[in-house]
Amino acid sequence: MSAPDLKQRVADALDNGSLAGALGRFNEAYVASRAKAYTGIDFEALRDQLVAVKGRAASRLEELATQFTEQATAAGAKVFRTSDPQEVKRYLGDLCRDNGVRRIAKSKSMATEEIHLNAFLEKQGIHVAETDLGEWIVQLAGQRPSHMVMPAIHLSKEQVAGIFSREVKEELAADIPGLVALARRELREKFLAADMGITGANVAVAETGTLVVVTNEGNARLVSTLPRIQVAVVGVEKLVERLVDVGPILRALPRSATGQLLTSYVSMFTGPSPGADGAPKELHIILLDNKRTEMAKDPRFAQALRCIRCASCVNVCPVYRLLGGHVFGGVYTGGIGAILAAWFDALKASNDVQSLCIQCGSCTPVCPTRIDIPEMIVELRRRLAQEEGHPFMQKAALRMVNDRRLFHGLLRAASKVQKPFTKKGMIRHLPFFLSGMTEHRSLPAIADVPFRDRFPEIEQPAAPTGKAALYAGCLVDFAYPGIGEAVVKVLNTAGIEVVFPEAQTCCGAPARYAGAFDVAARNAMDNIRAFEDPSVTWVVSACPTCTVALRHEFAATLRSEGQEGWAVRADALAAKVRDFSSLARELVDAGRLTVEAAKGLEPVTYHDSCHLKRRLNAHEPPRALLGASGYELREMKDSDTCCGMGGSYSLKFPEISAPILKRKLENIRATGVGTVAMDCPGCMLQIGGGFDLAGESTRTRHVAELLAERVRGVTQGR
Amino acid sequence: MFDLFRAKAEAVSAEVHRVTAGAQALDLVLAVLDREGVADSPGARAVWCEGPILGALLDRSALARRFPGLSFEVTRDRAAESRVGVTEFDWALAATGTIAQDATDPRLRLASMLPETHVALFRTSTLLPDLDALLPRVDPRKARYLACVTGPSRTADIERVLTIGVHGPRKLVVIAVDGEIGAA
Repeated sequence: MSAPDLKQRVADALDNGSLAGALGRFNEAYVASRAKAYTGIDFEALRDQLVAVKGRAASRLEELATQFTEQATAAGAKVFRTSDPQEVKRYLGDLCRDNGVRRIAKSKSMATEEIHLNAFLEKQGIHVAETDLGEWIVQLAGQRPSHMVMPAIHLSKEQVAGIFSREVKEELAADIPGLVALARRELREKFLAADMGITGANVAVAETGTLVVVTNEGNARLVSTLPRIQVAVVGVEKLVERLVDVGPILRALPRSATGQLLTSYVSMFTGPSPGADGAPKELHIILLDNKRTEMAKDPRFAQALRCIRCASCVNVCPVYRLLGGHVFGGVYTGGIGAILAAWFDALKASNDVQSLCIQCGSCTPVCPTRIDIPEMIVELRRRLAQEEGHPFMQKAALRMVNDRRLFHGLLRAASKVQKPFTKKGMIRHLPFFLSGMTEHRSLPAIADVPFRDRFPEIEQPAAPTGKAALYAGCLVDFAYPGIGEAVVKVLNTAGIEVVFPEAQTCCGAPARYAGAFDVAARNAMDNIRAFEDPSVTWVVSACPTCTVALRHEFAATLRSEGQEGWAVRADALAAKVRDFSSLARELVDAGRLTVEAAKGLEPVTYHDSCHLKRRLNAHEPPRALLGASGYELREMKDSDTCCGMGGSYSLKFPEISAPILKRKLENIRATGVGTVAMDCPGCMLQIGGGFDLAGESTRTRHVAELLAERVRGVTQGR
Repeated sequence: MFDLFRAKAEAVSAEVHRVTAGAQALDLVLAVLDREGVADSPGARAVWCEGPILGALLDRSALARRFPGLSFEVTRDRAAESRVGVTEFDWALAATGTIAQDATDPRLRLASMLPETHVALFRTSTLLPDLDALLPRVDPRKARYLACVTGPSRTADIERVLTIGVHGPRKLVVIAVDGEIGAA
């Protein structure tokens, strides 16, 4: 699908008011019910267990598939293993023909969605009824599921009533219990009339040949009991070694999927059991590979095979919340859907969906098997860029950012050109093709004197007790030099000398997140060279995105590019890198920096930046610093939900960025405070710009700025 | 552990009873048959899958006289026409309020799934902490169809509104029996 088509689909989804309402309410309720379901459970310990269980299985797929086949066969099942989706269809087509199957009742199976089994069977003249209520609704509507667990989450009860009314040719009220009762009645007949029942499986146990299926409605129980032929279509990633491995999976799956302790029904079948009439019946198990073994061999993507399809990643995703799974997803929804599509279909098939990921990382802390979706999305971008190349404009822009002198020169020139558009240090409207940048927020004006030119004016401590190198990053350097000055003041107050390596350049985050690893690698090398100074104890940045780049991504990028020598140097640098708040907290704890609490300060709220919270795990340090400064902290709702900035994402998808920002602004407003503190200049740009455009006076302040007003050192350096 | 079981099962809309002896359990089952208006007409019948807990206490002919429409012959058709199904379970799991059964015998599944009300009995002594405690006790080669049931059938597929009773029972009545009566 082409990009303009994607833009249109995004616009349609955003226009769909009932979709946003339904998904928004779901998202809020989910977070609460999930938290409740995990009460008393050590989630990190459970994750350790699951990563071990699923990771071990993914590394032994071939052996486990063989063992499973032997065991299930010994138990009387017929097992058909194939890597080819077409073979699955052929097998089932033949099976239906040989047994005179006219009607099939199906319970939920993502593997059959993946291979578009229903369309194939219908073409053979076989009537296929989905029996999961949500699946049946989307089947009748001629749609595909928009969510892995709740397929019809995008539809309102009025829409469902319309769909059912057409099916039963009778006008039905939009009354949920009534609609469910109708589904019970209609589908009961289909269960009883079916010649074949098809289920998926949530777990396949190699040591016993057992399949485990969970449902709440009970449809899989009926599907696996009533029809005379039983079929299960199972992706090989469902394999685990032992029966006891089912325990941790079922502890996590219902809690993460729907906030339940356990689904209403868990069925475990081992070989065929007697049919409803007591006579022996056939059980056919189809083990589908479809590139999963190939995926298991790829060190960057093997982790995706740990997925247990709980969909918690999409349930907390701010982009899914706006767009739903028909736009943000393929057969499998959300970011994981992009990753799976890249393998099960083709790399190119993932292009649109992956581009919608804002890289906020909301999904990573909730994944029960610790899958890092954002990281794999970046890897997809790298491979897509390698295969397809970058669009010319994007490449040109990245090249410009990469050329330090050119970029800095341009920004300086821009600070002059922008004058007519600037008001109180904000740019409200940009002309022509740049207007999209200021449609939903104002932009900070480019500073007359960038930080790099202000720095030499700052006098450093005469007898320093330590030395830190400051990595400014583009926003601090050119838009918020005051933050840089505040950082220097705080460190100087602690008796620390600050140096500003002039050769520092872009951190490479824009290039990396766009998949241009060659560009990001060059950025990394330039910066490593600039910061390799043995006399420096810390490399500090007031931008979490830059900090993440320096601390985590330089080495990863360089290794991806085969630059092991450079990567080792990046590791050495990474060990010194700190985000501002964490370093300030360390200094306070070490007694090197004293914060004097002021009385009578206005309360503030705090916005957690994605990179600071989830990549640097610095949730507490900024709060501690604010508290020590005397600020009463009024926490906002969802303080760690993305503000919609996402670097260049807000330029690429301003229409998605804007509603994410809107929600953030609403949550800030609800606290009733006049100042929102944060640690990220990118978030300041987004949130501050949003308030400015709305004509509100709410101030955005970097923690460094607030702290700089309240510090007193052991030695005074200025 | 039973209190936990009760709390968790009730939290998922199961009706939970605990009795000290089989005779009391029998009375409870009969009360449910009464309450649900079991009668000899399609949709109002009942199927009872005998098991070791109450088997010895059942006077089939007396019960059949008292409840026309009640049958101990569980077939697919009878179960499909029944309002109440009675079955016995092999284990219960406290942490989740779950009952578990070796349902290899299809009659157990038919009587548990098709009627609108499912009455499930288990021995209190078979109560285990959780699924992790059950798995090592199960031999899947023998228990070829292991069924775990936690509350009645439910869905939230339309606007996430929880609705009880989609394809399986709308009501689940769980009776824990303390004594070993009827085991003979």
